[in-house]
Amino acid sequence: MFRWIKALIFLVCIFSVGLVSFNGYAAEGELIGAGATFPQPLYSKMFDTYFQQHKIKINYQGIGSGGGINQLIKKTVDFGGTDAFMTEKELKDAGATVLHIPTCLGAVVVTYNLPGNPKLRLTPEVIAQIFLGKVKKWNDPSIQSLNKDVKLPDLSITVVRRADGSGTTYIFSEYLTKVSSEWKEKLGTGKSLNWPEGFIGQKGNPGVAGYIKQTPGAVGYVELLYALQNNMAYASIKNKSGNFIEPTPKSVSNAAKVKIPDDTNVSLTDTSAKDGYPISGFTWLIFYKEQNYGGRSLKRAESLAKLLMWMATDGQKYVEPLQYSPLPKEASEAAQKIIKSMTYNGKPILN
Amino acid sequence: MTKADKSEKRFTKILLISGLSIIVLLLAIFFTLLIASMPSIKTFGLGFFMSKDWDPSLEKFGALPFLYGTLITSFIALIISIPFSIAISIFLGEYFRDGVVSNFLRSSTEVLAGIPSVIYGLWGLFLLMPITRYIQTAFGTTPYGVGIFTASLILAIMIIPFSASIGREVISLIPGDLKEAAYSLGATRFEVIKKIIIPYARSGIIAGILLAFGRAIGETMAVTMLIGNSNFLPKSIFGPGNTMASVIANEFAESTGITASSLIYIGLVLFFVTTFVNIIGTYIIKKISLEASKEVT
Repeated sequence: MFRWIKALIFLVCIFSVGLVSFNGYAAEGELIGAGATFPQPLYSKMFDTYFQQHKIKINYQGIGSGGGINQLIKKTVDFGGTDAFMTEKELKDAGATVLHIPTCLGAVVVTYNLPGNPKLRLTPEVIAQIFLGKVKKWNDPSIQSLNKDVKLPDLSITVVRRADGSGTTYIFSEYLTKVSSEWKEKLGTGKSLNWPEGFIGQKGNPGVAGYIKQTPGAVGYVELLYALQNNMAYASIKNKSGNFIEPTPKSVSNAAKVKIPDDTNVSLTDTSAKDGYPISGFTWLIFYKEQNYGGRSLKRAESLAKLLMWMATDGQKYVEPLQYSPLPKEASEAAQKIIKSMTYNGKPILN
Repeated sequence: MTKADKSEKRFTKILLISGLSIIVLLLAIFFTLLIASMPSIKTFGLGFFMSKDWDPSLEKFGALPFLYGTLITSFIALIISIPFSIAISIFLGEYFRDGVVSNFLRSSTEVLAGIPSVIYGLWGLFLLMPITRYIQTAFGTTPYGVGIFTASLILAIMIIPFSASIGREVISLIPGDLKEAAYSLGATRFEVIKKIIIPYARSGIIAGILLAFGRAIGETMAVTMLIGNSNFLPKSIFGPGNTMASVIANEFAESTGITASSLIYIGLVLFFVTTFVNIIGTYIIKKISLEASKEVT
């Protein structure tokens, strides 16, 4: 019997040693990242390709944007991923300068379940009214007048929203805050909102999509990628220039054809680009500007900088096949400039 | 001191440590919850349970809709499940104790108990939701398809195996001579069930039901998928609502500051509610088993 107990204790020891080594930085030649789930499939593909080409292993965990920021600030990861630019407070909490580079674009679409699933055209005002619970029927004149070629049914609108805090809700509410003063006043912008009574909440994109597919008359918002992969009907939306834009990877990329500031902190919702889809946004990778912290080696800093550079340039060719929207030239150039500003002991890492 | 004595002592020590570690674990969970929810407790105090506002943008929080949602769904689920679980336990414990049919039915209930709750949720989305929507259309209420009623229904199905398997276990343990004595006095099978089996097995059956209630209170995934996640007090049994477990599961990942603290406060409340149910449960079981043993012997 004691042999058993000894064996057990031995196993526990081995196990805990394993855990401890997971806590610190992993072995040289392996980078760790964590954060946004939205770009995770793309990152998996990119990191897999990068490993084959450069023999650098990258481990990325999709734990959500908030988690990505927290993990970077706690210095447990080499880089984080986030769908929203870090707030003033978060940047202050970070202690040292944190840089952002955009890696690709995402978009949120308004999706619905109507007989025959027609392609609808919607204006920002109508979307705000629907998601404020003010327009209650599909054949409401405000919707019908925009879609004269479609016979809309006398069906109640059931609004579905995300029940979990999410970047999708953030970008959607940011857009509506910009276009509707009533929305700004009542709901505002956030990862979770104080929705009107009687809306259905569902968890994650699959939850919202699943409910819409099951419920005639339901309307909700999901990521473009998710709608494309599941053949869902979604609306063209009138942008700032007055054009109705159908969401596609291309029209989402077009949304970023605006002046990109040096830190790439730009909100692309309600974009002024004339053929850009208005509910679009960047997703970013975040990392410290000064890479010599927490005992990191120069080699580690170099391999991180090289990886980021690859993602902003050559890696972009893997974006479109996965139905994400690639960075336009201006954004890619801004990202390269930011990566070149990374330092180790004050000296630039890449030349 | 012989070798046997030594090992005896060592064995006792190991048992003691294992036993104590459970208590330490329980206290650790309690204090973690308490400390992490402190900011919220300080801000909202006990009014937290009375307030029905849950507004993340204004950072005003109240747990009443969730407390209410948890208790009402679990309670309705319990009411729906009781007739079925008692019937199954009598059927398996008394009518068909052995044989192919019994084995098949018994393993079926065991398999039901082992199915992950997310699968119940999915199944509910595909089957229960259309059914509920049909009923709602018939009643003339808004046909959401999801809500308190749908969530209670799935909970009832999920907890039946728990109460049924404990009930069956207890019923099959009833001494044969008790039943034989009743039969020899000319009792019919129904009379034996009513006068001997149910009174004798009552504490076990109730224990099973309480265990099931505990499970219903803490159930998360399937409920999240079917309750509609609306942070308001439900207006009717068909309306969307939310439960404590479900709001934590939904919102915790992306929450920070006072929002996170308020969610943990809800977790603390959930901890207390389950402990409370357990304590009442053990008390009832103790009392009833005393009475039952007096009645039968």
